[in-house]
Amino acid sequence: MSAQLKAAAGAARVTTPSGIDVPVVATRDMASDPGAPGVYPFTRGIFADGYRGRPWTIRQYSGFGSAEASNQRYRFLLEQGQTGLSVALDLPTQCGYDPDDPMARPEVGKVGVSLFSLSEMETLFEGIDLGAISTSFTINGTAAIVYAMYLAVADKQGVPRAKLTGTIQNDILKEYVARGTWIFPVRPSLRLIADSVLFANSETPRFNAISIAGAHVRDAGCTAVEEMAYTLANGLAYVDELIRRGGDVAKFARRLSFFFYVHMDLFEEACKFRAGRRLWAKLLRERYGVTDEKALHFRFGVVCGGSSLVAAQPYNNIVRVAIENLAAVLGGAQSIFTCAYDEAFQIPTEFSAELALRTQQIVQHESGVAATVDPLAGSYYVEWLTDRMEDGMREVMGEIGAYGGVVKAIEDGWLQRRIALRAREKKDATDRGERVVVGMNRYRREDEAQSFGEVFRLDPGTAARVLEKHAEVKRTRDAARAARALDTLEAAAAGEKENLMPLLVDCCHAYCTVGEMVARLKRCWGEFQEPVRL
Amino acid sequence: MSALAAARSLAGKRILVAKPGLDGHDAGAKVIALALRDAGAEVIYTGLRKSPEFIVRVALDEDVAAVGLSILSGSHQELSREVIGGLRAAGAGEVPVFVGGTIPPQDRDALFALGVKGVYTNDTPLERMIEELARALA
Repeated sequence: MSAQLKAAAGAARVTTPSGIDVPVVATRDMASDPGAPGVYPFTRGIFADGYRGRPWTIRQYSGFGSAEASNQRYRFLLEQGQTGLSVALDLPTQCGYDPDDPMARPEVGKVGVSLFSLSEMETLFEGIDLGAISTSFTINGTAAIVYAMYLAVADKQGVPRAKLTGTIQNDILKEYVARGTWIFPVRPSLRLIADSVLFANSETPRFNAISIAGAHVRDAGCTAVEEMAYTLANGLAYVDELIRRGGDVAKFARRLSFFFYVHMDLFEEACKFRAGRRLWAKLLRERYGVTDEKALHFRFGVVCGGSSLVAAQPYNNIVRVAIENLAAVLGGAQSIFTCAYDEAFQIPTEFSAELALRTQQIVQHESGVAATVDPLAGSYYVEWLTDRMEDGMREVMGEIGAYGGVVKAIEDGWLQRRIALRAREKKDATDRGERVVVGMNRYRREDEAQSFGEVFRLDPGTAARVLEKHAEVKRTRDAARAARALDTLEAAAAGEKENLMPLLVDCCHAYCTVGEMVARLKRCWGEFQEPVRL
Repeated sequence: MSALAAARSLAGKRILVAKPGLDGHDAGAKVIALALRDAGAEVIYTGLRKSPEFIVRVALDEDVAAVGLSILSGSHQELSREVIGGLRAAGAGEVPVFVGGTIPPQDRDALFALGVKGVYTNDTPLERMIEELARALA
């Protein structure tokens, strides 16, 4: 041990947010060799030329109210240089309720756009060529339905399905753990995911039919190490299910993608991605013998902000998001969403949304951070921390394995409880001031005026218009055709063999509503019963 | 032992923590439920996706001293109104309702006007929230 480290041993302990002891000074002997970029195990990135060959996709999450209002926001963002769309859906669409359902009533068009049937998605993409953009849908419980709807819009626009690019989140496991838009029990949900992924592999080979997400468990309170470990464990569960359904891992693994949060510890966040990318490639190779380079590629999108943003002195959030954006780029993200500073307390305004977009553009074009591949490589601290994080991830995955795997851990509520306890620890550390949040628990101004700039106001007529349109669609569609499509879907869902995707596309073309399709599937499969363990 | 556990200022109180509507973010509700339990309360947590009618029924059946609603979907106004209205209609208007979640600062007064007794966001220290609750339920 060096003299410095010995001296440091007596000093106060400093840890990363994941609890890894940080050395006062990192030294050469602590760092391993990360290898070359574009070469297994891809610590330095999946491409040899990093962002030089392809910059990351700037993908701002937006969508609210009616399809018409969202369509206008999308056109605005595309004109402003955004390179991909990311669609936020309202909770009724996410949870499988029609807008006129009593459970849906107060939430219609609130946190995203209502897509109750094909009619709405046609409006959403009016004047936008689906063959020329990539679209990401944050949708899970009803992902297969929304994907089917997207295919139906492409069919109607005359765009060949093979040209479609984009992503549906379609990761139900983490919904049970953190985000909460589950509908069916775990096992039939896995079937629906396998159906959509296998169908996508052949029908829309450039479309990612699943984005395995750690973002939500992270925002619910777990650490960066746990976020990656839980996500990779879920990823392996999907791989196992797809193999069981006859999928070829070397083929479908090429289209698996991932999604994470980036919070404030710059190095831990950058190293999380370096470690996770490497660990995923190793797991696929070790467990399934995958050798195809592209299938080993760990491609991921991120969101910067979330619970790291606070309502106190909200303009500070702009700075936080810029630092997180930097961490994401240093970690090699393929697509980035930067939250607006006001998202800690409201849906962003056009002003704050534009500022969030500009933040990314400044990082991309002015900071120089993307000019060379993995610029942190070879830093003693970064290589050491990357190794420690990989060790930590393997350890957490081992604990899940020892419990009996993720599916059991979720069905029992074991994983949910672990995350709740972690959230409590984080809250206590924040309340005690051990976790510093500037402007909130440090340097807080009690005299601060309660002014937060521009206020977002949802058009109060939105829900009424959505309801009206919903009634109109049901009135004007070919009722017999819709009924037939639903009957066929239900019969196939009651069996186990048939892939439901073509039938869902038929239902969408017949203007069946999301609520109708979900109701038929619930009749076959029932609903998830949430295990509440505190 | 934490300060909450030491004070046990909610000992003997039954408190319902509920997630009305479709919002699936339950980290906050669970943190609150755990903290209330540490402070001595008997906590009933509903789990996700409950209708206001269901929440009112549980509040009555379980004879709770307070109801906490966790809402991060922006529907705090409508859902609080329905729960408070339901309690009043059932003759239990004296049961205080507290709201936590993503509540824009400009919406707080409207919630108080509906009859909500306290509004908490993720930057409210747990100790402060529990002190206020203990005072309100004393």
